[in-house]
Formats: sequence, C-alpha cells, structure tokens
Amino acid sequence: MSSDLRIRLGRVELGNPIMTAAGCAGTGRELARFVDIAQMGAIATKSVMLEPRAGRPSPRMAETPSGMLSSIGLQGPGIDVFLERDLPWLLSRGGTPVVSIAGGSAPEYAELARRLSEAGGVAVVEINLSCPNPADQGRDFTDDPAEAARVVHAVRSHTHSDIPVFAKLAPDVADLVGLASACVEARADGLSMVNTIRGMAIDPATLRPAVAGGLGGLSGPAIRPIAVNCVYRARAALPDVPIIGMGGVRTGADVLEFMAAGATAVAVGTVNFADPSACARILREFEESVAGRGVARVSELVGAAHRPTGASLGG
Amino acid sequence: MSDSGPVQMRSPVLTVRRVDAYHAITVVAPNIAERFRSGQFLAVAVGGEHSGMLLRRPFAIHDVKPDYGGTVEFLFSVAGAGTSWLAERRSRDLLDIVGPLGRPFPLPRDPVNCVLVGGGSGCAPLFPLAQALRRRGCRVDLVLGAATADRVCGSITARRVAETATFVTEDGSFGVRGRVSDPLGRVIEETRSDVVYACGPMPMLRAVTAMADRYELPTQVSVEESMACGTGICMSCVVPIVGDDGITRMARACVDGPVFRGERVRFDDVGTIPFDALGAPGWKAQPDGRGADREAG
Repeated sequence: MSSDLRIRLGRVELGNPIMTAAGCAGTGRELARFVDIAQMGAIATKSVMLEPRAGRPSPRMAETPSGMLSSIGLQGPGIDVFLERDLPWLLSRGGTPVVSIAGGSAPEYAELARRLSEAGGVAVVEINLSCPNPADQGRDFTDDPAEAARVVHAVRSHTHSDIPVFAKLAPDVADLVGLASACVEARADGLSMVNTIRGMAIDPATLRPAVAGGLGGLSGPAIRPIAVNCVYRARAALPDVPIIGMGGVRTGADVLEFMAAGATAVAVGTVNFADPSACARILREFEESVAGRGVARVSELVGAAHRPTGASLGG
Repeated sequence: MSDSGPVQMRSPVLTVRRVDAYHAITVVAPNIAERFRSGQFLAVAVGGEHSGMLLRRPFAIHDVKPDYGGTVEFLFSVAGAGTSWLAERRSRDLLDIVGPLGRPFPLPRDPVNCVLVGGGSGCAPLFPLAQALRRRGCRVDLVLGAATADRVCGSITARRVAETATFVTEDGSFGVRGRVSDPLGRVIEETRSDVVYACGPMPMLRAVTAMADRYELPTQVSVEESMACGTGICMSCVVPIVGDDGITRMARACVDGPVFRGERVRFDDVGTIPFDALGAPGWKAQPDGRGADREAG
C-alpha cells in the first residue's frame, strides 16, 4: 500500500514532507544536477539579503566528528538578482520555493518579505533570525525574544496572507520555548528548527581557530539529538504550530524521528554536501518505510512520540 | 542530470599503488571518464557509508583510460584520517565519487607553444592537459617541482609527453635547486612560449603568474582551495577574482574554477574579503547597474 505523503504547512500543501534546508541547496540549481528538485516537498533557498554580500574570510569551514563548523557570512547576490535570476529558475523547474531571508533590522526583513510577496510563486517565507542585530550590540535576533518577535511581526505584516511565515530558531538560546512562543504570538505561522549551534575547533597544527572568524555554526548528524529535543519541546508547548524540523538528517529513518518528535516537514541540510543525491535517497527510504508500516497518511506521524505508549498509529 | 554535468557513482577500485611519496587510486567510472576534460576533479567520500567524516575530499584527475569502459586515476598524499582510509582501499572496494567537477583548462584554438608548471601534487592534472594540447598540435614543455625528489610526480611520463621537462626541488635532491618560478623565465625564452598553465599552492601560482606577466603571456592557473562539498553549494572555497567588468567577486573554486586566468586572481587578498569586493563593506552599488552578480571570469 502506498501512503499519502502530502502535508500542510499552514495554508500551503507540500507533496511530501522532505525538503532542503536553507544554505544547503544553493538556489536549487547546483543540486538539480543530482536530484529532481520538482520531486522534493520544497527547496529552501540560501538566505537572501537586500544587498549583495561578500561573506566572511576563509577558511570558512572545518570538519568535526559527524559534523562541520561553518562561517560563510551569508554570501549572496542580494534580492534583485534572486528575483531576476534564481526564483524564476527554481519555479521553471517545478521547485516549491521556501525562501529564507536575512537582515539587520525589522524594516530590512519586512522589505524583503514585501518584495518576495510581490514576485509571486513563493510558497513559504522563512525568517533566518540567527543574524547579528546592530541595534542589540550585535547579538543575534534569537538572543532576545522581543527582538525576534519584532522581526516576525514586521515580516508577517508585509507578507501576502496566502504565504505562511516561518521563524527559524537556533537551539543555543536561554529559553527556546519562550522564544518560540514569542514568535508565534507575533503571528509566525510556524517554526523552523534548528539552525546551527555555535561551536569552535582549534587547528592542532597552528593552535589557532580552524575557522577564520573563530566561531562557527555546528551542523550535521552530530547535532541531531539536540535538534530532535528542540522540536519535541516546541511541539509539547505549542501543539498546533507546524514545525519544519532539521539538524543532521541523513536517512529516511531520521525523517521519521523528527516527525514523531513533532515536525510536519523535515529538511535535509549538511548531508547534501557529503552526498549530493541525498534528498532523493532519503525520500525513497522514507516512502518505503511508511509504506512498510502501513501508514495511510504521513501527517498522522506528526507528534507520534507525544502520544501515550500503545496508542495506535496509522492503519 | 544533464549529459555533460557531473555524476555521482559507486565505483569499484581497480588499483591502489604507491608513486614515490604519493598514493594513486584508479577506479572504474565510465560516466566520469567520458565526460572528463583536463583540469576537472573528483570529490571522493571517505570512511564508508556510516562515516563520521562528512566532507568529500577533492582530487584532480590525473589520468583517464578506456579500459573497462573507462577508468579515472587520482593522486594524493596521506595527510589525515580521510586520506589514510583511502590509502587502505583495495582492489574491488567501492568508492563513492562525484565528478567530473569544475571548469576545465581552456585549450587554445591554434597550435601554440605551452609551458605547464606544476608544484607537488599540483603536477597531477597537467598530464591529461599535456595530452590534450598535443592532440591540438601544441608544443608542450613542463616545469615540475616540489620540496623533495620523491614529491615530484610523473618525472618519467613527463619526458614522454613534453618536448622538454625541467625539474626543480627546494632541497636540490632532483634537478635544479630552487622553486619552479626560478627557471620559468629561461624556459619561456628558449621555447618561445605563448601561454602558461600552472597548478599548485597559491604562492607558487602567484610567482608563476608574475613571471609570465613579465613576458606578457596569459596564464591559466588551477587553485587548490579546501572544499566541503565540491558541488557549488557550501560556499567554503571562495577566492577573490576580478571579473570582466573590473569588479571583484568571491568566486567558488569548485564551480567557477578551479581554473582561473592568473591575472584575475587577487593573490595578495586570498583568504580575506577585499574591501572593494562585491558585497564587502567598502563596495557600493553603481547607479548604472554595474555590480549585478554574474559569473566570475
């Protein structure tokens, strides 16, 4: 028996729950050489800003056990080129765009949201809140729930009502559930979790930080249990809010794990670097797994881990 | 998914052998062999299916043969856990490889005189380039160097594919003592070179480009930046490159390169973000639309 793979993120329906994570699929074009992007639930594009951005000095990454540290600094061409070149290309190939936006102030985020709404074709706007806030001594927006809420509110107010707005959260904050609740109160339609975790590695030869900026974002399977826990806690506190889960997804079984913890959709990130055809493989593994379990609709899996032991699933 | 683009495959290892200080692995990979153009590279997964080493290792393709439908060979030195694992592979083991990746060396339309300069394992991609140039009727001269004699690769093949081969070692244990840029001026003069190709560490490429510039010769350099994905997604391997419009962009070595025109590489600024690069703090959008993002040249 084949399962109904469709899921809903607010007002938007995706063909299946498996998508790419922002920053781990380029604009879809690079990955399209290895994966049929129209087959994926959605393609989250690399965070776009108002202006072109050169990013940070190199070395920008370091391999760590089952993970990597990266410090790219949001290199990108800016919203003009994205709207002119990247978004039309993604739509022409049948991709479902989840567009990640990044900025330095609530008005900047709002302007990006407005331009994306006008362009048409955007399925979801995802707010990358792990950006330094110059008005808050360069701390990330996620470090202060009030600042994060201000951005979410501005984006929601400038985004077409048919387009859900998701707030992307980092796991290493003082009060994750408080931050998630603040975003939802500011009218976020859903949550994306998690972004990378701040980390550091020292080069054993030079005894200097392995990544040029010192600090990097840790990603990959190393962070998966942390990410699953974050999704679980957010689901428990906010059971009606859809979550895009991510953090070290490598197999179809990992997708099931995130969905059971409470994710409605699951994004594949760093593993795309290791295995450029990973998304297609993970989707295949997931389909086989849910069919084997006799799950009629995969949406039934969402939050399964929160149900009492012995509660029936699927059928 | 196109016929000319890279493919990912699980390729059986044909041979693993020692070549002086290097290891050479040949894999059966017909789809990669048929697409290959000189200067392109492979990204090889290390550690097996459940490996904790997530990042692919990039290696220049050193040789392509028609045996078994098509084989490709790459050279490496053992430098860590990933390359140790590779060195332990045996015939018939499977390797997860992606390739051919990157922009190849451009070939001249006319039969001209070419000097190919390699440093260390950077010599590896020059051999298929030499053959491609010879097929076009070009004269090929090689200048190959390394720190020590056992790190100069392909010294026997070099004499076969090139009119002349000059060897250089830093310790003087083989050929001329010094660096590859030292005898380059003499080779350019003696062979009446029209174009210079180079592959090796960044300081070497900078010295070679400066020397070729003295003779007003164009240089094509292949950079050896560290990469995480090799497929253009992660943005780790960026190098400051000046475009046709004079604007510097942080170009990805894996998809915009690894081959660049030498005079377009801002060697002094590698590892940094030049203040005036597109999107850097000192960069300002021009009212006439200059600065729109385009492929770096």
